[in-house]
Amino acid sequence: MSATPVVLGAPAVAVGRRYKAARQLARRPAAMIALAVILGFVLVALAAPQLAPFDPTAIDYRAVRKAPSAVHPLGTDEVGRDVLSRLLWGARASLLAGVIPVTIAVALSVPLGLLSGYLGGWVDGLIMRINDAMLSIPFLIVAIALAAFLGPGLGNAMIAIGIAALPTFVRLVRGTVLAIKTEEYVEAAQALGCSRRRVALRHILPNTLPPLFIQVSLTVAAAIIAEASLSFLGLGQQPPAPSWGSMLNAAQRYLSQAPWMALYPGLMIFGIVMALNVLGDGLRDVLDPRHQ
Amino acid sequence: MALWLYVARRLAVLVPTLFFVSVLIFSLQQLLPGDAAVALAGEENDPTAVAAIRARYHLDRPVPVQYGLWLGRVLVGDFGESLRSRIPVRELLVSKLPVTVELALCSMLIALVIGIPAGIVSATRKGTAVDVVANFFALSGLSVPHFWLGIMLILLFAVRLGWLPASGYVPPWEDLRRNLTTILLPSFVLGTGVAGVMMRHTRSAMLQTLGADYVRTARAKSVPERLVVLKHALRNALIPVITLGAIEFGRLLSGAVLTEQVFAIPGFGKLLVDGVFNRDYAVVQAVVLVSAGLYVLLNLGADVLYFLANPRLRGST
Repeated sequence: MSATPVVLGAPAVAVGRRYKAARQLARRPAAMIALAVILGFVLVALAAPQLAPFDPTAIDYRAVRKAPSAVHPLGTDEVGRDVLSRLLWGARASLLAGVIPVTIAVALSVPLGLLSGYLGGWVDGLIMRINDAMLSIPFLIVAIALAAFLGPGLGNAMIAIGIAALPTFVRLVRGTVLAIKTEEYVEAAQALGCSRRRVALRHILPNTLPPLFIQVSLTVAAAIIAEASLSFLGLGQQPPAPSWGSMLNAAQRYLSQAPWMALYPGLMIFGIVMALNVLGDGLRDVLDPRHQ
Repeated sequence: MALWLYVARRLAVLVPTLFFVSVLIFSLQQLLPGDAAVALAGEENDPTAVAAIRARYHLDRPVPVQYGLWLGRVLVGDFGESLRSRIPVRELLVSKLPVTVELALCSMLIALVIGIPAGIVSATRKGTAVDVVANFFALSGLSVPHFWLGIMLILLFAVRLGWLPASGYVPPWEDLRRNLTTILLPSFVLGTGVAGVMMRHTRSAMLQTLGADYVRTARAKSVPERLVVLKHALRNALIPVITLGAIEFGRLLSGAVLTEQVFAIPGFGKLLVDGVFNRDYAVVQAVVLVSAGLYVLLNLGADVLYFLANPRLRGST
């Protein structure tokens, strides 16, 4: 099927549309600032070993709960560890906890959504009933319950968040596939004798990506908050390794003596989540035809 | 379509959903590492206690049989007993749920009072500074980690200013004034997130109705702008917002987990977290199951409200 007629050039049209979307996105100052903030967080996470003034796990009992100073710009925690260094290293746990669960959710949901939407019938019925059941348990409750039964730890927390995020993606991919399935270029490809596999992978899959991008951006934000929540409860990152959520857990016990311990980790979570949500809004405005 | 037929159809779809929910929650038990009876016994390593648990939960039977027996007990309201306190889980659920319902109601009230007016103002002044500020606050409400906002508010209003208690809960029938002071901060924390969602939906629904033909007709007839906005546009814009309110209420009932933890409020969420830390798995399973059930029922309630509020749906078959 290498001699592709015009109708089969749909992916090329989609590529053109994507360039147009990128240009439109670049004209939105809020989205561009958000993107810069996100890249800033990624750079900080990557360069944490070079940027951090102290070892994030080094205990110093002579500097317990010291207020911000020239030596420790953001103060120290309950065992004298440098808050700034822990924040910088904590960015790694938070960003990983944003990206890995979403990768798990996308990797599982794309094949499931494609199967469900494209094949229909009993496969669709079974996948969607299980999916509806998962959707009817609130996101954070699924994550807490799974993390509780799997055991505490950052790895298990990420698996739990990924599974909790899965049903939203499956529903989204299936819905998009159902909409695309009846498009003329898909029918034309089928009429020309393309195999079901080729139609699904070459003609339908690429066009499910734009709505997926929007959802990815919003879910990374939700996953970062979920990891912070699980770590705050003690089900995520385990001490002494730093994460913003576990720093807040410790900070809660010293609110009146060391308020700086609680302030900065929360501001970091707020900053990255806000940037991801603004970017998600921008992506929706340029990629979702209903918002244009 | 008659309302009863609509509800009956929706209920028929709920049965398989709830069946799979129960399967998922039961399967959580299978994730426990090693011997489930030993894990369920928690810190009790006494072989007779382990044997008693194995017998009670039929852990020596095949998994599908275990599920059938578990479901049979759950359907008659027997969720087992708490391993920690030896109190029947049903009693724990009944005593904690009203606390969370009160918290959810107060949060919803705050969300409605902030979210809907902000959405209306933002839509009628689209593109102005007011709109930008309202949008910024809505997005902040959606992005802030609520447990952190709770900690910050405790720091400000309890530790620094000493105006409100930092944590705890007093039932309204014991002392209404103290009840309201303890519930104010957590309700505000939860309410801000929902207010953000409400504001954004009210705004987009209002923008749609303000652009509709009947609004243009009303303006052409020289109906005062205030009446156009509040009577013609808002009444129709509120239909999707009411539905959203019911769904958000369901989320509040289950989403209060961390807020209850931060403010030490003995509600449903705290029951879940305590259950997790005491390895009290019967409590965890029961809370998840009841949360899912309530969430599904509130979603059904949202659909029914939408059906009642939307004459076009009632007319269709």
